[in-house]
Amino acid sequence: MSLELLENTGVTLRDAVADDAVAGVAPRWVALPETVEEVSAVLRACADGDLALTPVGGGTKLHWGAPPQRCDVLLDLCCLNQVLEHAAGDLVVRVQAGVTMGALAGALAAEGQELALDAPPEATVGGTLATAACGPRAFRYGAPRDLLIGVTVVLADGTVARSGGKVVKNVAGYDLGKLFTGSYGTLGVIAEAAFRLHPLPPDRRWLVVEDAGRPRELAGVLAASQAEPSAVELDRPAPGASVAMAALIEGTAAAPRALALRDAVGAGEVSPEPPPWWGAPVQYEEVLVEARFLPGALDGVLEAADAHGMRLRGSPVSGRLRLSPAGEVTEERLSAAVAALRERAHAVVVLAAPYAGVDRWGPVGALPLMRRVKQQFDPGRRMSPGRFAGGI
Amino acid sequence: MTPSPPPAIAPLTAALRSALPGDSVITDPVRLRTYECDGLTHHRAVPGVVVLPDTAEQVALVVRLCNEHGVPFVARGSGTGLSGGALPREDGVLIVTSKMRRVLEIDLADRRAVVEPGVTNLAITEAVREQGHYYAPDPSSQQVCSIGGNVAENSGGAHCLKYGFTVNHVEACEVVTPDGDLVRLDRMDPGYDLLGAFVGSEGTLGIATKVTVRLSRAPEAVMTVLAAFRGIEEGGRAVSAIIGAGIVPAAIEMMDALAIEAAEAAVACSYPEGAGAVLIVELDGPAAEVEAQFARLRELCSGAFEMRVAADPAERAAVWKGRRSAFAAVGRISPAYIVQDGVVPRTSLPRVLAAIDRLSAEHGIRVANVFHAGDGNLHPLVLFDDADPGAGERAEVVSGAILDLCVEHGGSITGEHGVGVDKARYMPKMFSGDDLDTMQLVRCAFDPRGLSNPGKVFPTPRLCGEVPGVRKGVHPLVESGEAEHF
Repeated sequence: MSLELLENTGVTLRDAVADDAVAGVAPRWVALPETVEEVSAVLRACADGDLALTPVGGGTKLHWGAPPQRCDVLLDLCCLNQVLEHAAGDLVVRVQAGVTMGALAGALAAEGQELALDAPPEATVGGTLATAACGPRAFRYGAPRDLLIGVTVVLADGTVARSGGKVVKNVAGYDLGKLFTGSYGTLGVIAEAAFRLHPLPPDRRWLVVEDAGRPRELAGVLAASQAEPSAVELDRPAPGASVAMAALIEGTAAAPRALALRDAVGAGEVSPEPPPWWGAPVQYEEVLVEARFLPGALDGVLEAADAHGMRLRGSPVSGRLRLSPAGEVTEERLSAAVAALRERAHAVVVLAAPYAGVDRWGPVGALPLMRRVKQQFDPGRRMSPGRFAGGI
Repeated sequence: MTPSPPPAIAPLTAALRSALPGDSVITDPVRLRTYECDGLTHHRAVPGVVVLPDTAEQVALVVRLCNEHGVPFVARGSGTGLSGGALPREDGVLIVTSKMRRVLEIDLADRRAVVEPGVTNLAITEAVREQGHYYAPDPSSQQVCSIGGNVAENSGGAHCLKYGFTVNHVEACEVVTPDGDLVRLDRMDPGYDLLGAFVGSEGTLGIATKVTVRLSRAPEAVMTVLAAFRGIEEGGRAVSAIIGAGIVPAAIEMMDALAIEAAEAAVACSYPEGAGAVLIVELDGPAAEVEAQFARLRELCSGAFEMRVAADPAERAAVWKGRRSAFAAVGRISPAYIVQDGVVPRTSLPRVLAAIDRLSAEHGIRVANVFHAGDGNLHPLVLFDDADPGAGERAEVVSGAILDLCVEHGGSITGEHGVGVDKARYMPKMFSGDDLDTMQLVRCAFDPRGLSNPGKVFPTPRLCGEVPGVRKGVHPLVESGEAEHF
């Protein structure tokens, strides 16, 4: 019956295999829509058959979040992979959600432009938005929600809705793009997106400090510098190891600005190449944690990470670090580490962990309002149910 | 003539009087009338009652009382909005945040300030300027407009081309929800980005009672260039060339001949004589970068017949004077005018400006063009003589047709002034019924009873299905004896 509903849509279907599991939960079928209309048809069929569904792009973060309470269909958006419109003169691009960040970067670079999000090349536009994943240059250019200017979403009942548009400046109506960014597929499916672009910087330099003795002070000086670094990142490859820090200067006159920055800091080397760890995800097996904090809380976060055996990488100036245990970790030890980090950071999210008992999200402000939003958008709880904060 | 307030207001007013300090509740008809409109003066309504709360708790209390009495409420900051977003309801309460003007916290190390909603935009910058910081969004009304209003409208400004809008600079808000709950929405919190949805929702999702903004480091160098062109087309070509060269200036503003004439009449800004268009380009950032970009800019503006460079703050102010005065200045050359706000993709500007010219000629209505050229945000000033019968109607037609042009070219009916009451009827031109219904799901989640600034943004309200019952808890202020209601 359920399969028949899906088959009637005419959308390509296949049986799910082990690799299709969503945080360990195996779906029954994988649907491969090729148009927004087909996405809508699949969602209508799921509504008719009360099938639960999880959207997926490149699958690079499918193990993030809590396991879904149920998952019948994996909606694979890989076939929605068209760059719909690159208006280079307007510094705007419209794309389908399944376009990979790597493919998009290639298309934009041909016109000397970029989407300044620093996402892994194999991740898709939709997945990057759904997880609100930030890279180093969020310090200057903002998070995914800050560069998103328009979105087309498909709701649980198949309704196709747009908000925003393809102009950067636009305050007409509610901004559904921001609401869907970081919603982990629990409100609907992001099908298309429009972004604000930036010109590719003509030049880049990194100021690399191998051993930042006082990380908070150094990060503070770098962040406040009128040399205007686009990003400041730190890396501690093992607990107890020294903290390396690097700042990216990009744009016109990058070299003299980087040298001026080195003089102001009184340490480091200027290089046209990034340090090997720059922008790469922190190494992790099964457990990945993100800490968000005001820059002034950095030392406390570093201490807590050390005390609980975690390596880390991320931005001390944006206040966002990714952490992972340096060795094997039990559920109990992970919970203790997360609790210690929560005492120091504003928020600590366990992005990935195979343990059911870990409090992945911590305290969530305004949770009753969030539940009401979920209830309005997905009253049947079919969209990735249970994946998100507060069991949403 | 003021109609007598509807019956529900009377018992609510009594409750407000007993719950708030005496000078916080206004019912005197003469004083009520001073709040009858915001910056969009042709929409007027005398509010049923005005309250001037002093604290977030008082705002929450007022909203809860409104809920108990089923009375709508509208929030107002400085009342400078240009879309009627703060237009009061005759059957409702106007909550004015002008007493809530404290700068609560400044943390330069973490580059943040926490302020109350009535604090003016410029006051934030003034509080941190000496320490080399500023608050980036800069609407033209920044001397008087409130940060609470900026949050409601997601205000922009000339410099948002490079630095973004209010939503990109607000880190957290304390909000009184339409139910009267006090919640904190924070960018760093896990969960849905309710802050992103709240900013720019024009008072329909609640009232901000504390705003945490990001402070920016002042740039090392600022260079402001005034380039004068014989015609608007030459100016437009220069803008395309600048963007095409990969330069993102802090601002690129353009004024046409009529706007220049008005500015000269009003503030004697002494722009180059014979200019058919002037371009104001501001470069800022590290000195080495600004210097290199300026050399490039000179080449790119080779079509200009005169270029002036403002090297210090006084000269910069002189260049900006004409632009900043433009809206009010047209009063010097026309008895009445409509300020329009629309957006087109920047590359469509030449075609859209030509079409506006045709509209203007066709209807015998002059249009002065002032715009944020870098991001395609038009502010046509539609001029008419209100003593001339029919002129107002013709101006309305031209003004509306300009919005149609914006939508036709893939743009927006508002870039920064908001939808408010003024443009709700244009929303269906830009969005489908499904789009608008989907947006209203958010409204239903926040404000199922439709009491928070009803009648704004959406042309038709959506029924929200199940509406939660009226809350009857004891408010903390009542419990502590600071307030009471009956």
